[in-house]
Formats: sequence, C-alpha cells, structure tokens
Amino acid sequence: MAGRSGRWYSLRLEYDSSRTRSPWWTPILSVVLALLLCAVFIAANGMSPLVVYEKMFRGAFGTSYGFTETMVKAIPLLLCGLGIAVAYRISVWNIGAEGQLTVGAMAATAVTIYFPDLSSFWSITLMLVFGTAAGALWGLMTAVPRTHFGVNELITSLMLNYVALLALDYVVFGPWKDPKGFNFPGSPMFTAAQSLPVLGSTRLHIGLVFGLVAVLVYYLMIRFTRWGYELRLIGANPTAARYAGIHIKKHIIIVMLISGGLAGIAGMAEVSGVTHKLMQGISPGYGYTAIIVAWLAKLNPLGLIVTSVLFGGLIVGGYSVQTIGLPSSISEMLQGAILFFLIAGDMIHRFRIRRSA
Amino acid sequence: MDFTTQLLIAAISAGTPLLLATLGGILTERAGIIQLGAEGLMLMGAVTTCIVYIRSGNLILALLAAVAITALLGMVHSFLCVTLRANQTMSGLAMTLFGSGLSAYLGKSISGIPLPGSLPKLDLEILKPVPVLGELFGRLDMLTWFSLLLVLVLHLLIHHTSWGLHLRAVGDNPATADVMGIRVQLIRYCYVTAGAALIGLAGADMVLAYAPTWNEGLTAGRGWIAVGLVIFARWNPLRALFCAYFFGALDSLGFRIQLLGSAVPSYFLKMIPYIVTILVLMYLGYRNRNKPSGTPESLGTPYIREQRF
Repeated sequence: MAGRSGRWYSLRLEYDSSRTRSPWWTPILSVVLALLLCAVFIAANGMSPLVVYEKMFRGAFGTSYGFTETMVKAIPLLLCGLGIAVAYRISVWNIGAEGQLTVGAMAATAVTIYFPDLSSFWSITLMLVFGTAAGALWGLMTAVPRTHFGVNELITSLMLNYVALLALDYVVFGPWKDPKGFNFPGSPMFTAAQSLPVLGSTRLHIGLVFGLVAVLVYYLMIRFTRWGYELRLIGANPTAARYAGIHIKKHIIIVMLISGGLAGIAGMAEVSGVTHKLMQGISPGYGYTAIIVAWLAKLNPLGLIVTSVLFGGLIVGGYSVQTIGLPSSISEMLQGAILFFLIAGDMIHRFRIRRSA
Repeated sequence: MDFTTQLLIAAISAGTPLLLATLGGILTERAGIIQLGAEGLMLMGAVTTCIVYIRSGNLILALLAAVAITALLGMVHSFLCVTLRANQTMSGLAMTLFGSGLSAYLGKSISGIPLPGSLPKLDLEILKPVPVLGELFGRLDMLTWFSLLLVLVLHLLIHHTSWGLHLRAVGDNPATADVMGIRVQLIRYCYVTAGAALIGLAGADMVLAYAPTWNEGLTAGRGWIAVGLVIFARWNPLRALFCAYFFGALDSLGFRIQLLGSAVPSYFLKMIPYIVTILVLMYLGYRNRNKPSGTPESLGTPYIREQRF
C-alpha cells in the first residue's frame, strides 16, 4: 500500500498531488498497453494477436475504401465526443450521447415521413433543426433532474439511452415501418432530396464539415468568449466559480443542451448521410465510444479530431476481423481497456520513488 | 396460482439479481468508493457462469468462477481508485465498457446454448401452510434464499458490529478513521472486492434464474438500475430488499400486461423500469432537498493521508 508505509528495502513511493499534468505520451502508451492486454485474450482464444491486429489496421487504414469508411465512422464520434467534452469541462458526466443520437436520428426521420415533398434545401434544414432540437431536449431531460432535483446525471442519461432505443424499436416496427420493406423493421428509404451530399462515389458525407465547423466553434468559444472562460473556471474550481457569482446550474443546463444537440446532429447525419433510412442498430455504440474519444483527447479540440479518426478505425477494424471469424466486440473490449490504462496513466506519474531516510 | 402470486414470484425472480447487485453496490459505496461498473461486472458474472456451466456441467464451479472473476475486476477497480486515486466515475465507466466488450467476445462461442440445468429449489414443507406467502416459499431457489440471508447479515454487519462501524467510518470520514488506527486502504480494498463479487453473483443469477441462455448484453441496463437502487435504498440493505422487489415487479408487470393482451405496444411497457428509476430519483431528490440523503460523506473522494483539509 503506497499510502501506508510502502517500504521495500529503502525505497518509498511518494504521492505528489501537485503533478496534475500527465506527460503527452500517456494516451499513446495506454493504447499500446491496451493492445497488449487484449492480445492476451485473443491468444487465449487460439488466434494470433498479430494477425488480428494487422487485419484490423489494414481494414481500417489500408485501403482507400477502408479509410473513407473510417472517416464515415469518425463523424458521429467527433460530434458526440465534442458534446461530451463540453459537458466534461465542468464535470457533467453525460453518458447519454447514444440516446441523444438516437432521438436525433428519429426526429430527422420524422421530417421525411411527415413532410415528404419538401425541396432538398428545406428537407435537410428541417431535418438538421429537428434532429438538433430532439437531441438537445434529450440532454435537457438529463440536466433538469440534476440541477433542480439533485439527481446524478449519469444514471438519468443512461436510463434515457434505453428509453430512446425502445422508442426507436417502436417506430421502426410500428408506425414508420416501410410498407414496401418486406416486413423488415425500418423506415422507407430517403429520397435524394432528403440525403446529405457525399464526396464522389464514396460514402463520406458533408457531416464531416459539420463536425469540423463544430470543433472550430468549440475552440473559439472556449478560448475567446466569456462563456468559455466561465466554463474553464467552473472546471478548474467550482467552489471559487460559485463565489465569483457564476450560475453553475445555468451552465449545466447549457452544456447539456449543447451536448445533446451535437449528438442529435450526429444522429441526423447518420440517417441522412449514411443509412438513408431509420432502422435498428443505427448506432453501433457511437455514444459510448465517444466518451473515450473525448477522454483520450483530454477534451482538446485538435485531439478530438485525431482520436475520433483513430476510434472510427477501431470500429471499422472490428468489422473486418469478422471475416476471420472473430466477433467485432473485440473493438469494444479494446476501448474499455484503453480507458482503464488511460485513467491509470493519468495518476501513475504522480507517484515518485524516493529513497527513504 | 392467482395473478398476484404469479406476479409476486415473477417480481422476486426478476428482483433477486437487482437485489444482489444493489447489495454489492451498497458494500462498495459504504466504503466510500463509487461503483459505476455494475453493468459490466454483471455481464462478466453472467458470461463466466454460462461458459463454466456449459463446459463443466458443475453449477457450484460456475458460481465460484463468476465470483472469482468479478472479484478480480473489483481489485482492478480498487487498485485504480484506492491506490492510484484515479477518477472513480471514469474507472466505473471503463469497467462497464470493458466488461460488455469482453463478455460479448467470450460469449460468442456459447451464444444461445441453453444451460444444462437451473438453480435447485428449496422446498420448505414447514412454510407451506403459511397464508399467502406459503405458495412463494415453495418456489424460491437457493440464490434467492441466499440473497435474503445476505440482507439480514449485511444489515447486522453494517449497523451492529464493530466491523460495520469501521466500514461506515471509512466511508464517512477516512481521515478520522485513519487517526483511530483503522486501515482505510485495506478496508476499502476488501469491501470493493467483495461488492464486485456480489454484483458478479447478480449476473450469475440473471442467467440461472431469469434468462437461461447467454445473449450479448443480456443485462439490458439492470446494472445501472442497481446503481440507482443503491441511492433509493439510501445505502441500507433492508431498504434494498423492498426497492429491488419493487423494481422486479415493475420489470415483470410489463411482461404480464402483454400476456393479458393489452393494446399498449410492448416497447412502452419495457420503458417502465427506466422511466420510473428517473422519476423516483427525482422524487427522492425533491423530498430530501434539505435533508441528508444517507450518502457516505466521502463517497467519491480518494483519501490521501498527507492532505489536510
């Protein structure tokens, strides 16, 4: 036990709480260690980890098709991750991005169902507005219990994820089911006017621009506005912020609206840009992966772009190992392991080995 | 067997995994460590039980394996939160993500294979004549009885023994406990590990008594509901019993209503437990806005001996 006497011959572990900045290479090291840990599990299953990892890497970054797919997956991760980063700035633990994304996708689909004949511009605009609003509303439903009833937002946001997924099941099996869809649970196909423009013949859609613009806005807001300053202040020292007269409750509601809204945009972009219809499994856990994306990037805007591409690659790589008979949940396992090593790494460097007198 | 008895049995059968997980959460959090990894731990307990039971055919071995694996994960959580003083929220989230990924990965080979047996029932002839409850007692399995016993044992432990006093001291004010010579870190390690093992047992009960085959993500948020139940129960094992059965009843109520041929789509009935969780937490938050909520006072703050406040 480090805290007690920790004597081992004449060496002693000392905890130095002032060393709050972990070195820049901890995220990289944690990814490497997570790969090593999961290699053990893969080997135990009788596969060669090297073969599996090579397969994953080639699948995600090896071909131009794989790379654009990775970018396609990176878009919702970037948008959700950004939303999560905003909330985590002031220690609001939003883990409801999955549900917020789902309701965003549902609201966008509602536009296509109830206003089928709008022009392209109006369709996309309305879908974007509705998607954002639905996500933001879902975020609000997490924020208000926290600010006015003292309910931990972790539980609320997670419960709402399940509610959102059940609501999705209801609409794709029920009222919005495609009558021409051979009884397959899903909405009718979107028309060209209801689909986001894509790059050439790839599946890479304009949502990437939404993501990059959002990152830029986030950076500028955090850096140069009063609001961003207040967020940073609350993040650094909530007690001091409260004494300085900052309304923390107001900020919690604002960040949850932003957080949910961004995830809602991600959901809208996903249905309108990638799947072109609403169906079950619209998100292979983007909302959860985005938590790690945000944490690995240390909430830093540039870092977010890098980590969302990396994790987009991890998801695509997870699909590509299915061809050699491994479940794609391998990437989920890696993600959890990365997060473990990351939070451990953030703390480990605070310990120093000292010669005890 | 009238409707009420059936509902009660269903409530107990759905409520037992919740109860075990809640008790595990109570033990962990009483020691001052937040446990948000319940979902992942339950999944790991469930998948371990399935694999070992299907491969060996030995129920006891399967239960022991589930407890051992989740205890090991509990030690990882302790190491991160107690020794390294890492962010407890993030560690729990990592546990949930890692547990759901790893359980899906390990369970791929046994997905959909029915378990070779189920939990032995304890037939108590003595209790049969008891009005109303007699019917129930004849149908409870071993783990349910164990969980009932555990409620009593933990209640006595926490409130009526010196061990429990130490545990509460460590959760409320570790600095004072440390001064009194209580080994804070050791106690935290023990209870976090034991709590994780209980949550793993909850996962085992889930597949043995409730859903007799492994399916990816079969806990469907019950681990998180248990996290909420710890708060409803105000970190108190006796209250946990009632809260868990109440939720078990909600869980099975939707299913029963469907059987009766209700017009409400089943998706909305399945939402009930999740929505009620939020509403009850809001109600409690509103009611206790000016009262202590029973939270262990140092919940979530790592203890560092050198620090003075």
